Amino acid sequence: MIWSRLTSAATLLPWSLPADASAHGPALDHHLLLNLWIALALLALAHLILLTGLLARRHSAPNHLWRIEYLPLAALALLFSTLTVKAERLWAATRYTGASPTALQVEVTGVQFAWYFRYPGPDATFGLTHPNLVAPGEGNPLGIDPNDPHSADDHVSSQLVLPANREVDLRLNAQDVIHGFSIPEMRLKQNAVPGQTIHLHFTPTTPGTYAILCTQLCGLGHYRMNATLRILPPDQFANWLATQQKAAK
Amino acid sequence: MTPHSNIPPSQPQANKLSPTPVLARVFSTDHRIIGIQYLILALVSVIIGTLLSLLMRIHLVWPDWPLALHGPILPEDYLALVTIHGTIMLFFVLTTAPQAGFGNLILPAQIGARTMAFPGLNAASFWLTAIALITLLASTFAPGGAAISGWTAYPPLSAVPSSGPGQALGMDLWLASIALFAIASTASSINTLTTILRNRCPGMTWERLPLTVWGWFTAALLSIIAFSVLLAAILLLFCDRHAGTSFFLPNGDLVNGVLHQSGNGSPLLWLHLFWFFGHPEVYIAILPGMGLTSMLLANFSHRRVFAYRTMIVTTLLIGLLGILLWGHHMFVAGLNPFASSAFSISTMAIALPAAAKVLSWLATTWRSRPSYKTPMLFALGFVSLFITGGLTGPILAQPILDEYLHNTFFVVAHFHLIMAMAGIFGLYAATYYWFPLITATSSHPGRLLSEPLGHLHFWCTLIGAYAVFLPMHLTGLAGEPRHYAQLTGIPSPGSSLSPAGALLSHTLPLNRFITYAAIFLAAAQLLFFINLTRTLYKGAFASSNPWRATTLEWHPTMNPFTPSPASDTAEISVHRTPCHYQFTSTEISFLPQWAPVSFAQDKIEKATDSKPE
Ligand SMILES: [Cu+2]
Ligand SMILES: [Cu+2]
Repeated sequence: MIWSRLTSAATLLPWSLPADASAHGPALDHHLLLNLWIALALLALAHLILLTGLLARRHSAPNHLWRIEYLPLAALALLFSTLTVKAERLWAATRYTGASPTALQVEVTGVQFAWYFRYPGPDATFGLTHPNLVAPGEGNPLGIDPNDPHSADDHVSSQLVLPANREVDLRLNAQDVIHGFSIPEMRLKQNAVPGQTIHLHFTPTTPGTYAILCTQLCGLGHYRMNATLRILPPDQFANWLATQQKAAK
Repeated sequence: MTPHSNIPPSQPQANKLSPTPVLARVFSTDHRIIGIQYLILALVSVIIGTLLSLLMRIHLVWPDWPLALHGPILPEDYLALVTIHGTIMLFFVLTTAPQAGFGNLILPAQIGARTMAFPGLNAASFWLTAIALITLLASTFAPGGAAISGWTAYPPLSAVPSSGPGQALGMDLWLASIALFAIASTASSINTLTTILRNRCPGMTWERLPLTVWGWFTAALLSIIAFSVLLAAILLLFCDRHAGTSFFLPNGDLVNGVLHQSGNGSPLLWLHLFWFFGHPEVYIAILPGMGLTSMLLANFSHRRVFAYRTMIVTTLLIGLLGILLWGHHMFVAGLNPFASSAFSISTMAIALPAAAKVLSWLATTWRSRPSYKTPMLFALGFVSLFITGGLTGPILAQPILDEYLHNTFFVVAHFHLIMAMAGIFGLYAATYYWFPLITATSSHPGRLLSEPLGHLHFWCTLIGAYAVFLPMHLTGLAGEPRHYAQLTGIPSPGSSLSPAGALLSHTLPLNRFITYAAIFLAAAQLLFFINLTRTLYKGAFASSNPWRATTLEWHPTMNPFTPSPASDTAEISVHRTPCHYQFTSTEISFLPQWAPVSFAQDKIEKATDSKPE
């Protein structure tokens, strides 16, 4: 109806939200647009009151009317608490619980100025890493311990490749400084903090190629700390994974 | 009523110990001279800060444009511009000018005091602030480059000198500058608080204090709490950099090949300490402007402030809530998601006292008889920008939406509208309004800035402010992150544009428009400087109370610039709350706080210079 028309009109604007290709994205977008329209309406209303009050002159003395002083505040309190509750439900759905145990495991590491993505291989377990083993020149940018049996089948990629419609459990790390892991088209953003492992889970839906950015000022190469996310149909992803694992051996 | 002469009795030089009158004036302990010194410091800072922002805007849309005497703007140059722009504007303009500048100049008079509580400390605070500014400017010439970590200076980037350009001596000087500033601000705020607590004249009860004073009072309270935490955080960071501690460095942190294994700190600790300071800081910047706006709207609408007591309560509530919501800067920083929910609720809560203020402003002007003098226009502009910038606050307060909008230009638009633009409008309102008090000397009364030029300046600035910052919401919604020196990304192998480049360059046309608008906005400020220079030399002299204000700074014996010893001046006492006005169809009468009569006995003044337009 009117609402959906407004929503579709908004996405047609030249500088609108980028494509939305994750399972939790549409609800987020819907809530964001609802908020934007409410803000726009309140903006118009407040300016209308301001201008009307200035243009229409009268002598009426100012008053302490209970209904001017508290009624709008009560209405705003109600409005904002409704929005908060709605937003909290969405936040809780994506952040209060972790990924399902069957989710695809990928480790994301931010380094000045690149993103590395590690897949655990058939044993589904990441090998140990040590900062003093880090040697990007020798093909070991993450410092994976070769003596750990779990590390033998790990493989590291500079591209994040994921199957469509399967939940992914990302574990975010940073090697040096704080980086901001962000995929606008997945409606995803989370800082990668050195010394911390932060889990982030989502389900990509639409196959395609998307931008991964760094959104936390991390030094002079911050603006070029980009990577690419490729969402593949499940069968193509299986092929890709097989080739990667062959190469890792 | 009181006599209208503005000529004070001539006074001997206040400071007899100084060798020359020039030095006596420069190192004065007179609060009005110190206030003007602060304002000049803020003016120098705002000019530098604005020019830096123009360089940033120009670089974003014409990245190859070479800067004279420097060459092309490199990525580290861009980040240095961001850092110095943010630091200088936030600390040396938005904190200094309203709080220390106009606070010193006007606050004592407004509460019926002749001086600040600690004149020596006051002068020391100013000179410390000046040294802090010089240190900050010097840091840009440091070997290794100016600091590039943004004004938030997140570690480990800022904690490890080897983490890239700008993290060595430039960062040390930056930290030293902010530490000095924190000490100066704390001292100045203690002075402000003590003055308000101790030096009020008879009859100036807490409910009769002008709302501007309540703004200064709350901002000073916040300053003392917030800046002391910032100072501690800076000392800890300095120890991490040079004393081998690791408050903010996790074990096994590997920066540029240098391994740090000394301790077990957390970068998040810095974020907590920094934002515990950083969020109250934005209220420190805006609270005096909010108070002034309330007073100006009432003054020029010839009304009482709607719900005066509620306005006092909301000012204090904003201050209290302001120190409880720092975590809303950390929704995606690595906090427990439940903590984000708690901070989301405290942030949403502050929207209510802020909305109560807006309601009072709307009700104060509603169907009044406003006179559109330039200070009134800037106060109305403040209201408009405060609403526009404020309404995106609740959006950013919802963690799920912040997950998308965090560190995009949507946030830049939000805080520039509410803090920078509304803040600057507050400063302009203050300047146009109090200019007669700033320019009064012992030999002549104060001058009024030109009204036609002021009107033109207002409209150009309002249009420019909206033209710059409204479109930024759209580039933010389109996904453009902050702190990006270039918007084309790195090319992907085999093709010209990577997915990142495609996403980012999408906003280029709109960014071009924003840059043109920013140049227009900056150029429009020349109108103010023309007005300022013209008025200083040949502006019209003001009467002792040109706006027919009711607050004490317009009391005839408060006006003279050269200070009179307290013993020489008539006792002032206060009889009512500010902003008592009455009007008939042709005439407007007002009752200043100091007038001991009631309306019935008061002779109604002729409405000459503030007739409704
Ligand atoms: Cu980064
Ligand atoms: Cu970055």
